[in-house]
Amino acid sequence: MIARTLTRMSLADIRPGQAAIAILIAAFLLLFLVIPVIRVVFVAFQDPATGGFTLVHFLDFFRTDLFIRSFWNSFYVSSMSVVIATIFALPLAYITSRFNFRGTILIQTLGVVPLIMPPFIGAVAMQLLFGRNGTINMMLHDTFGFRIPFMEGLNGVIFVQSIHFFPFILINLSASLRNIDRSMEEAAQNLGSSGFRLFRRIVFPLAMPGYIAGASLVFIKVFDDLGTPLLLNVNDMLAPQAYLRISSIGINDPMGYVISVVLVVCSLLALWVAALAMKGKDYATVQRGGGGLTKRNMRPWEKVAAYAIVILILFLVLAPHLGLTLLSFATIWSFSPLPDGYTLRHYETVIFESSQFIRNTLLYASMAAGIDVIIGTAIAYLVLRTKLVGRQWLDYMAMAALAVPGVVLGIGYLRTFYTVDMPFTGQPLTSFWLVLVIALAIRRLPYALRACTAALQQVSEALEEAAENLGATKARTIRKIVVPLMSGGILAGFITSFATAAVELSATIMLVQSTSDAPLAYGLYVFMQSAAGRGPGAALGILAVLIVGACTYLSHVIIERGRERRGEKSH
Amino acid sequence: MNQISELARKAGTRSVGVHIAGVNLSYGKHHVLKDVSLDIQPGEFFAFLGPSGCGKTTLLRLIAGFNTAQSGVVKIGEEDVSRLPPWRRDVGMVFQSYALWPHMSIRRNVAFGLEERRVPRAEVAERVEWALELVGLKHLADRYPSQLSGGQQQRVALARTVVVQPKVLLLDEPLSNLDAKLRVQMRRELRDLQQELGLTTIFVTHDQEEANTVCDRIAVMSDGVIQQVGTPMSLYDQPGNLFVAGFLGTANVLSGKIGRDGNGRAVFLGGEGITVPLAETPPDGAEGSLMFRPQSVTLRPGDAPASPGMAQLRGTVLHSEFLGASIRYAVTVGQSQVQIDVPHHGDAELIENGSAVCLELDTAKTRFLHG
Repeated sequence: MIARTLTRMSLADIRPGQAAIAILIAAFLLLFLVIPVIRVVFVAFQDPATGGFTLVHFLDFFRTDLFIRSFWNSFYVSSMSVVIATIFALPLAYITSRFNFRGTILIQTLGVVPLIMPPFIGAVAMQLLFGRNGTINMMLHDTFGFRIPFMEGLNGVIFVQSIHFFPFILINLSASLRNIDRSMEEAAQNLGSSGFRLFRRIVFPLAMPGYIAGASLVFIKVFDDLGTPLLLNVNDMLAPQAYLRISSIGINDPMGYVISVVLVVCSLLALWVAALAMKGKDYATVQRGGGGLTKRNMRPWEKVAAYAIVILILFLVLAPHLGLTLLSFATIWSFSPLPDGYTLRHYETVIFESSQFIRNTLLYASMAAGIDVIIGTAIAYLVLRTKLVGRQWLDYMAMAALAVPGVVLGIGYLRTFYTVDMPFTGQPLTSFWLVLVIALAIRRLPYALRACTAALQQVSEALEEAAENLGATKARTIRKIVVPLMSGGILAGFITSFATAAVELSATIMLVQSTSDAPLAYGLYVFMQSAAGRGPGAALGILAVLIVGACTYLSHVIIERGRERRGEKSH
Repeated sequence: MNQISELARKAGTRSVGVHIAGVNLSYGKHHVLKDVSLDIQPGEFFAFLGPSGCGKTTLLRLIAGFNTAQSGVVKIGEEDVSRLPPWRRDVGMVFQSYALWPHMSIRRNVAFGLEERRVPRAEVAERVEWALELVGLKHLADRYPSQLSGGQQQRVALARTVVVQPKVLLLDEPLSNLDAKLRVQMRRELRDLQQELGLTTIFVTHDQEEANTVCDRIAVMSDGVIQQVGTPMSLYDQPGNLFVAGFLGTANVLSGKIGRDGNGRAVFLGGEGITVPLAETPPDGAEGSLMFRPQSVTLRPGDAPASPGMAQLRGTVLHSEFLGASIRYAVTVGQSQVQIDVPHHGDAELIENGSAVCLELDTAKTRFLHG
């Protein structure tokens, strides 16, 4: 009797609308994420002659010195980038969370600035500043007679990547430090612990989950990145090898696919190790009302030290921007600490001849971010608020994009869709610009999804029940209560997706078919290939940073204004 | 004021009863509501009272439509609402957390339900004014919830619910987030409002004092089962079982069985020297407990002759607590310990610990409980 009524109830609980949306999203993810990746894996194990299963390609991979070297180089660069990024992030996070420090806002801004510029354009500027014949080394050589190999080979990649990606660690670490309840610290003090011991035994372990989350993200990002090594002409790493095989030998070369599989496996491993390390350590200690560690005023010498550290890091972080600005105004700049002369010509060139890059980027990135927040909100709602069977799998599928490097996704699209023709025009689907938008949307979906999920988790279910109780249907409750209350989080997800999609190169470089459809990052890459193109390239880069920065700032203002109107305190 | 009572009358004419029959609800293996049946009268102020986890909030949410029962029927008035979604039930619920929408002003919070009912704009404005005036918050209409105190938020939640003139008002621990003084004031206001609107109201609480002071009738719940339904006084004076006796006030319990005295009348036999004549006549040999309240006993020092109509027990004072208006003695009687309240008039002396005392029990105020 009870069993029968139970089945009746669960059938009645499933609303056709919810199921339809879930199926649509699942179809989208299958078509544009799962199938292309499976396709890549499939080809890697396929004998091109017979079509049967083979391990020959993998044997070739492990027998080729270049690939083995590339693998270890990628691993070394990623690990060292995590170490260097930690060295940048740790003091900043510590200073802002422990002390009343006037420069806190400065540090928080630092946390965003590097992310809104493609790392590979930074690479060009860094070469001019820190390279063998760059500003710093020329000054060192002239005064002390030696050079520091900041930018030689792998060092250059590590240096550029850690400056670009350290905000991931800074943001996550600061957030988890902020979430430590003051009473945790006070209890330790009450029991006799203080100073560095207190930090080592209580504060750091509690902040560990945030650190690991940030560090694993840095590792994966560096491991997958294509643009920076390519531009610094470091080709013996995995991602550049995959790109070069496909772009120079062709879409049928199996080694590109084998390298792709290795990239995916390494990303998954890194995520798995991070998950293992964080298992059972998800401490949320903030009680209602009070939170954050006790902040104290700095002693004079501490203040001096803090400012020295912050200014040094600030200089390093802004170096790419600084160098790029100089380059964009420079007539000629080589073998001298500063450019020979200044001009506005490069900006002219870019605005009159290459403005389609900017237009395309704004269009693609905003469409991709729009798709991301719509899918992100839908998945978050389905997972948290419905009892739909398999809803968790939508979340897993979307998050899996995190482990798929851009190169791999690009190769997968080429392989899966190059035989598919567009209706009416008869062109292959892969040459249609919308495919770029979809690739960007898939790549950035995990960010938007996490932001939307976090936003929905903060909406108390009672608020929805109150609306239903007063006569609002599920659909109207979502429109009038849920989405407005999530708007801050949705907008944050939109910004993250938009800003990072605007500077994405890995997947787009594989998929761009004509310069007229190309986004900014691709244009920059093309410009930076030639010495003559560097000036206009830098100008384009500066415009990109300004536009993305302005959009980010604007949305921030909108969020804050909404908060103030409601009389909430902003944190 | 005129307008208020007019609208109130309009609301009052709609008041209907709530009928619950044979409701069972489980979450997986956890059986939360066990064959619950209840009849709540139109216009009644009714309480679900019980400790946390007893199923009282689940039952309230079932009436509102946020839970689905595996079996049983919920009727509001004559209508079976068991299969209706929450938004078509027309029952107003005030949430424990108030659940005010932080992105809407107070006015828009209160107007929400009317807008959902497609009420004409002019009438919405008029009724929102009425509801805010009813709770005395007209001057705060343009504020946002986060700018209000807890008590004010509570009133907004109430206004937002009564403005749609629901058939039934559901209150989920509405006073639990207020401080003690405000709680006493609010419960009086709740009672006044309910009387004025004549609205059938169900009040969920774990606080017996709250339930006693505002409600017409109470359903005492424990472990998913309704233990007893009755007026506050009848539940206190004639509890149906040990749980009800213990949950509503302090209960002294002696265990034993039923026997007959020399005249053939029913007596309670609770071991050596404990024989208490009973007003009721339970079956001979039945095992159970004798329950009496701390104030139903008169305490005399040493051996005094029994007064007429009183049963006499002997005991030893274990310790005492001075409570101001009375002194509470813990006294061992046979194997058991009982609490006895002696009114304090200012000249009485404290009985010392270890003294032998004589307990005179008013047999009209004892109760035999099975099991």
